[in-house]
Amino acid sequence: MKVSREEILHIAKLANLNLKEEEVDTYLLHLQDILNFANIVNNAPVEGLQETIAANDNCNVFRKDEIEVFEDNEALLQNAPEQERNMFKIPKVIQ
Amino acid sequence: MEITELTVHELKEKLDKKELTITQITKAYVNRMKEKEKDVQAFVNTLEDEALSKAEELENKVKSGEVKGDYVGIPIGIKDNICTKGVKTTCSSKMLENFVAPYDATVVEKLNAEGLINLGKLNMDEFAMGASTEYSAFKSTRNPWNLNTVPGGSSGGSAAAVASNMVPWALGSDTGGSIRQPSAFCGVVGLKPTYGLVSRYGLVAFASSLDQIGPITKDVEDTAILLNMITGHDRRDTTSENIEKKDYTKALKNDVKGMKIGLPKEYFGEGINSEVKEKLYEAIEKYKELGAEVEEFSLNIADYALATYYIIACAEASSNLGRFDGIRYGYRTSNFSSLKDIYRNSRSEGFGAEVKRRIILGTYVLSSGYYDAYYKKAQQVRTLVKKEFDKAFEKYDVLLTPTAPNVAFEIGTKSNNPLEMYLADICTVSVNIAGLPGISIPCGVNSEGMPIGMQLIGPKFGEEDLLNAAYTYEQAVKFREKYKPEFKK
Amino acid sequence: MAKEDYEMVIGLEVHAELSTKTKIFCSCPTEFGAEPNKHTCPVCMAMPGTLPVLNEKVVEYAVKAGLATNCEISRNSKNDRKNYFYPDLPKSYQISQFDMPLCEHGYVEIDKEDGEKKKIRLTRIHIEEDAGKLNHNEFGGGSLVDLNRAGVPLIEIVSEPDLRSPEEVDKYLRKIKSILEYIEVSDCKMQEGSLRADVNVSVRKKGATEFGTRTEMKNMNSFRSIARAIEYEAERQIEVIEEGEKIEQETLRWDDVSGRTFSMRDKEDAQDYRYFPDPDLVAIRLSEEYIEDIKKNLPELPESRRARYISEYNITEKDSNLLTASKYLSNMFEAAEKICKEPKAVANWLLSDVSRILNEKELEPESIPFTAEQLAKMIQLISKGTISSAIAKKVLEELFENPKDPEEIIKEKGWIQISDEGAIKEVVLKILEANPQSIADYKAGKDRALGFLVGQAMKETKGKANPQMLNKMFLEQLK
Repeated sequence: MKVSREEILHIAKLANLNLKEEEVDTYLLHLQDILNFANIVNNAPVEGLQETIAANDNCNVFRKDEIEVFEDNEALLQNAPEQERNMFKIPKVIQ
Repeated sequence: MEITELTVHELKEKLDKKELTITQITKAYVNRMKEKEKDVQAFVNTLEDEALSKAEELENKVKSGEVKGDYVGIPIGIKDNICTKGVKTTCSSKMLENFVAPYDATVVEKLNAEGLINLGKLNMDEFAMGASTEYSAFKSTRNPWNLNTVPGGSSGGSAAAVASNMVPWALGSDTGGSIRQPSAFCGVVGLKPTYGLVSRYGLVAFASSLDQIGPITKDVEDTAILLNMITGHDRRDTTSENIEKKDYTKALKNDVKGMKIGLPKEYFGEGINSEVKEKLYEAIEKYKELGAEVEEFSLNIADYALATYYIIACAEASSNLGRFDGIRYGYRTSNFSSLKDIYRNSRSEGFGAEVKRRIILGTYVLSSGYYDAYYKKAQQVRTLVKKEFDKAFEKYDVLLTPTAPNVAFEIGTKSNNPLEMYLADICTVSVNIAGLPGISIPCGVNSEGMPIGMQLIGPKFGEEDLLNAAYTYEQAVKFREKYKPEFKK
Repeated sequence: MAKEDYEMVIGLEVHAELSTKTKIFCSCPTEFGAEPNKHTCPVCMAMPGTLPVLNEKVVEYAVKAGLATNCEISRNSKNDRKNYFYPDLPKSYQISQFDMPLCEHGYVEIDKEDGEKKKIRLTRIHIEEDAGKLNHNEFGGGSLVDLNRAGVPLIEIVSEPDLRSPEEVDKYLRKIKSILEYIEVSDCKMQEGSLRADVNVSVRKKGATEFGTRTEMKNMNSFRSIARAIEYEAERQIEVIEEGEKIEQETLRWDDVSGRTFSMRDKEDAQDYRYFPDPDLVAIRLSEEYIEDIKKNLPELPESRRARYISEYNITEKDSNLLTASKYLSNMFEAAEKICKEPKAVANWLLSDVSRILNEKELEPESIPFTAEQLAKMIQLISKGTISSAIAKKVLEELFENPKDPEEIIKEKGWIQISDEGAIKEVVLKILEANPQSIADYKAGKDRALGFLVGQAMKETKGKANPQMLNKMFLEQLK
């Protein structure tokens, strides 16, 4: 599949990455290369095979509905680039 | 022999016989780090002072009987994508340069409970994406066998630290070969356990359905010992298997008579370096001598598995790395006026090129219009890969392949073409795709004296046969007695 | 063409917070109103390396909701990631369910104006996690992220576009709310945002079979604004169409103050959520036994209570509907009835005066401040003749203001009914003496005059006279 310039810019936007003008071509080239190779999955003899949807066959691994309080609240906020009154501060967002 | 040359089981013996003390051991390693780290550059963060005071504390506690255990006071190094409370966990990324985890990974809790001493956090390719440790945002780790070459990756810091005797053993993580390939490059032993055998809680996720933590050690017995310490069901990881804990040291029988070893011929093809092949064939002969039945067979999935690997791993990574948004932790750009700026600039400045490349690939294969052709298809191929391995294990106890097509290459010479680079993972990725255990052990050196690794693959939870096969070979060839890293400059 | 030529087509996505003790994927409490970020841990804060573990109660509650709304319960289900960036979403993906929801193909019935029932089909019910909250920072500027709500379990109930008017939407929502309350999986407190709806609206010419282009209004959390928003949006769409323009499919924000909808998202940011199965969570496989067990233990649903009220208590269908619409009201009815054994009186009081006061105060039945016992006692006081209905109304007002034992209230206020024959006679004679014209009127056959006299006597006694006795006494005296 041929990837267009618009597509890669759209993808970068979805992933919240800036691509500099001069980077676009390189990323495009690499992506195209890898996809061309990855396309061989479409030749694999997979007819009738289910998709794997989990790494292993575990199922129904649940937690009991019991409260456990995480005590070290401070440690949760210590890495914040900016905080105020125990909340993470960001530029104003209009909801 | 120098203290730092000893394996952990040898250290334990000396501790038991009171020929060594905990502080002596830790001091020896701290000194070794001081001597070698400037050349090898294996650590992101060293913890000399913390380790020394911990050693003293443990020594006193052992004396007073407060602490007991077979391996109390043994040092270890930990790959820097495994969370350690109060100590930085950077994933060798600018994004997490100053990140201090508020909790310990399950494996770290287990090591602490054993009384192990953390010597430091080990360098890696950024977020474990890479195969040379050159993608670390901080430094390139050197291969102790030749300091101009790479140690492999992504757990290059772990393998190089073990090979250079700066740590007696280390933890790595393996998503597509990140334990096995650097172990091969550095002439040490590295095991990627069966998916679900070791808890992933606290391992910063690259690709959740492929990641496993595992040991990198000097010999197979140490691998078994460290595996004993880190396995076990964890209720915080739903993919962790709830099975009975085993003592893997008991599996080391030094006997492979009658063991059926399969050689998938597709893994010995054109792409494999001839010297690598040569050493592999010698190893195969050795196994025959030891009484194993070796047979060639066809396992025609290598290319499919590689393509599948890059689709699935990047898809999962693109989602797993979304949380690095500059809000709660991690790098935040100084150049912003809006929320959008924070997202885009923090991520663009905080992630390296390879990480961004994989995020873009992963985002692409999951995006509408391409999901079916890539991600969905890859998940079907994954089923196919599992089935083919299942078939193989109906006939064979273990499979034998090279760990990597080549030996360690020179720093700075890795391809600028990512696809070419990805193709070098061909021997290891299918093991992760199928969730199987795989071990790399050294099987010789090439004409330049660079180590060559042999990979053994087992069925799910087949670690016992796998370790026994590796151990028996190791005991027969005694690689460590013949070859040592020379720190060539 | 006029507005009457169009019909509305409405579908709802109702989000209900489940009343589990802990969050969906970690053990933090779900309790509302804690200090910012107090109810968080490495998992719900999406610290690197953390993993989700599904709360078993969330699955159970979702299955309960599915069974109570006639859904098929999936034997095989899974969790998927919905990827998008927003500051209230710490992982930058929401764990939800995409193509294998826990429940599918259900329906609920609502009563139409004409008494007919209408089936509203449910596409699906799935489980997912709630997001955190952004607070406006009044002092330091910017916004502040509080993740206490991040990871609170939700079910999303998706309806087919079967609704045709704001009235139907209102009935449907009340129905869903009452079902969730009955089965005790959500407390449905709309003020706290634990019940919210995304409303999809389109219009089409009556008789048309194709759907029009729809717009979506997100996160609506009051019955009143939902009705207003639908009304407004449908009218807006009709206008656009009448002007020959096209409706754009988009997400809108309803502004309750201005009574308008506004475009919400940047057009350039077309969403692509890149759903895929969450590799950190394992498959959900439900056995027949598991589902049967939940079915067996499902509490009585409103439908069944309603039938019981009609047959057991002889309460009208309309009143039974009203009573059972709210579990709280219905429980209060049953509790009060148990004490005073006067089902009709209890129903009347709840549906007339109590409901009127609730409406005036814009309160939900949950906010009734007095107990069923106090209500029952008041009714007993009426039937014993201790107070009149008129006084009872005052007692009820008092119960809303300052709830306590009604007997105490009437004692304190001196509202005990005058039932002493001598005292009644005295008042009657006094009124007759003052109103000779009324006596004449009555004797001339104008029955209304009697009513007037009784009224005057009530006034004289400040409503405390026993009305039956007054009536009887007047008739005796006028003979």
